[in-house]
Amino acid sequence: MQIELRDHTSLLRAGMAPITAVFATLVICSALILWAGVPVLEAYALLFKGAFGSAFALKETFTRSIPLMLTGLAVAVAFRSKFYNIGAEGQLYAGALASVYFGTGLIDLPAFIMVPFLLLVGALAGGALLLVPVLLKTKLKVDEVVTTLLLNFVMLLMVSYLIEGPWRDPMAMGWPQTASIVDNGVLPALLAKGRLHAGLIVALLAAILVWAVMRFTVLGYEIKAVGFNAKGAEFSGINVNKTVIYTALISGGLAGIAGVSEVAGLKGYLTLDLSPGFGYTGVAVAMLARLHPLSVVPAALFLSAIYVGADSMSRAVNIPTYIADVLVGVSVLAILVCVMLTQYKIRFRS
Amino acid sequence: MSTLSFKQITKRFGSLTANDSITLSLGDSEIMALLGENGAGKTTLMNILFGHYVADEGSIEIDGKTLPSGSTEAAIEAGVGMVHQHFTLADNLTVIENIVLGTESLWSWRHDMTAARRKLIGMSEAYSLAIEPDALVADLSVGERQRVEIMKALYRDARILILDEPTAVLTPQETENLFITLRSLTDKGLSVIFISHKLHEILAISDHVAVLRRGKIVGTIKTVDADRNGLAEMMVGKAVTRPRLESMEPGAPILTISGLSAASSDKLPLLKDIDLTIHAHEIIGIAGVAGNGQTALADVLSGLNRQYSGALKLHYKTLTDAGPSEFVARGIGRIPEDRHARGMIGDMDIWENLISEDLRSEQVSKWKTIIRKKAAIERAEHLIDSYDVRCKGPLAQTKLLSGGNIQKLILARALSPNPDFILANQPVRGLDEGAIAYVHEQLFAARKRGAAILLISEDLDELLSLCDRIAVIYQGKLSSALPTSARTVTELGLMMAGQTMQATSESEGQTNSVTRSKGEIHAN
Repeated sequence: MQIELRDHTSLLRAGMAPITAVFATLVICSALILWAGVPVLEAYALLFKGAFGSAFALKETFTRSIPLMLTGLAVAVAFRSKFYNIGAEGQLYAGALASVYFGTGLIDLPAFIMVPFLLLVGALAGGALLLVPVLLKTKLKVDEVVTTLLLNFVMLLMVSYLIEGPWRDPMAMGWPQTASIVDNGVLPALLAKGRLHAGLIVALLAAILVWAVMRFTVLGYEIKAVGFNAKGAEFSGINVNKTVIYTALISGGLAGIAGVSEVAGLKGYLTLDLSPGFGYTGVAVAMLARLHPLSVVPAALFLSAIYVGADSMSRAVNIPTYIADVLVGVSVLAILVCVMLTQYKIRFRS
Repeated sequence: MSTLSFKQITKRFGSLTANDSITLSLGDSEIMALLGENGAGKTTLMNILFGHYVADEGSIEIDGKTLPSGSTEAAIEAGVGMVHQHFTLADNLTVIENIVLGTESLWSWRHDMTAARRKLIGMSEAYSLAIEPDALVADLSVGERQRVEIMKALYRDARILILDEPTAVLTPQETENLFITLRSLTDKGLSVIFISHKLHEILAISDHVAVLRRGKIVGTIKTVDADRNGLAEMMVGKAVTRPRLESMEPGAPILTISGLSAASSDKLPLLKDIDLTIHAHEIIGIAGVAGNGQTALADVLSGLNRQYSGALKLHYKTLTDAGPSEFVARGIGRIPEDRHARGMIGDMDIWENLISEDLRSEQVSKWKTIIRKKAAIERAEHLIDSYDVRCKGPLAQTKLLSGGNIQKLILARALSPNPDFILANQPVRGLDEGAIAYVHEQLFAARKRGAAILLISEDLDELLSLCDRIAVIYQGKLSSALPTSARTVTELGLMMAGQTMQATSESEGQTNSVTRSKGEIHAN
């Protein structure tokens, strides 16, 4: 067996790659579903119905995709400059903490100022948290994968301390949660019924903005140049450390906004289960999108559909919800393999 | 009866025809040189032979039998051995382990080296190749590593040895040894394909020469009937004349370096008290064996290293604390040593690379923020045209270009703003004849218009034919720059080896720096 570079990639092949990947994922995971003793087709039908089958399901899928779009963008931007930020989870909680600190009564402004203000402080908090690993990397060459990953646990413990202690809402009947965001700080609902909120618009705008920055601006050029070849960028006169710091601020900021959007758009207050690993799933989203800011949107919707659909399927046929994690993991691998196969071909020896 | 024959081999990559019905044959005990510029199709042809690519048309025969296409195993089986330009050895294994690697079954239980050792020692005697089976590859010199690569191919019973640019990494003495080895191999009946674009080596070693140009064989001649100019003309397609230096009066001082010292990050001294003044209309050459401070000097002069003591002045104004962008803005053009790692960002498009040094200038970006893509593409079109870069256009990816064309892009970016001072660090390393002549012409043109040029090179011939004055760098210290006419190769060679030439220095009235440096060598 040999792997060989293709001379050119046809449009049809490129377009078929994601479809083939989804199909391959379903085939591979059907083994697990069979093992659990459930008819495969029924399970997948339920999954599809749970994700897209009703207005409610669709709204849920879109709602769940909001944090994934934002963390996916955060990861995509950082990875473009080869800064491996695995800490979107922690930065998300930093954003959430900032929104709770300012949004639960400390200040109260008219909604059209309060909402952007909370988003801004959340972004600053997320960016500030990432500044620690970034300075350790640029000044002392400490590996950022380790520092960003470990800061996630620091942040979780920090949140845990705050909501059990000083920030616990006295009106919450002893539940470990903070007070609610003031009415003016809440991200408005988009539709009359359901949980879909204005965070979706924030996430879509963020995707467009990040795409425009990467494509049209000097900063985007510098981020790409540093990611492709830091030595070459430095020789041309690009300040590599400064570029990495800006990238980190954008990346951490986007993850921080995800935290604000979950608190101020969905939950209303902060608990320890605000994020079921959105920061980590963001890495999968970014990889699926091949680090392209606009592709992050469909990638986030796809993974969100799997999570939402698998939730509903597992309730209906009694399979553990972990099937969703398996589906997501397999689909990321399948996409990566399929994308590779658009550029390379495998030849089998007779 | 020929051992190996290519029959009408054609290979296309999209619209590019890399090999156009190539027919060649190689007999027993023959050394055939494959000569061609970068991108002429030499490597593609060898990749087809070795099964990495499948030819669109044509076939390859070895000993009269057709070689199955696209199979590396079949090629090895048929006795083809390849020694790559970049070695494929594992540093942390011994010589014998490297040689055996890949020949044992993955599933065999035993790891028995006795048979392998016996075979290796037998080979080593038969071909008179001195080799220490238990030496760690990491401890070997470049020439020895190449010998291990050759042994690796012979161990797999190669009858036809392909050497891809084998001398690129060797010193002249090592090259001489390689040629002796190749001769002893052909005496034993092996055949060799020697890929190169160095004419004097081809003339020295081969029996016949096949010249490739743009994917086609333009001629096959016996080496005894060939001469340097004829081969160069066949390879490039037109008569190649290396430009000559016109004599010219130096102008005002442009760049003044005084008392420059620099240390590496682990405090090792890299440059010691360097003084040099470069004038307009002047090319100063820096000779030296690699690793004597050339890179450190280039880093300072291109703005990458700001941690130095001493003064650097351009037009009498100090350059302290300036980075690469300020260097460029103030009229310094820089041609880096490593054109792939530093010169260009391969994954970006050509137009993007041509704006990388002045991203925040008014021509390139609006409010220093939004890139003026249209203007940048126009600039790229203009530069591609005036520097004769062979590419598909400004939107082509830079890494797809050949080394020579990448160097032309670097020249375009560095020289088109008409800089007053030009730092050219190994500007022709690895380039073919046509590209070398082009780079030299560009440097001469810059000199003529009044630029001051510092040329760092390891090639004495290049320095002697290009420079007004030459200085030698040894262990971070720079000798005085004497007129080229006052230099001889022997003298420069001795200085490069660390022998100070007191007599010449005294005549220049610069005894001080040289005797002092001599003292420091002893102190070390």
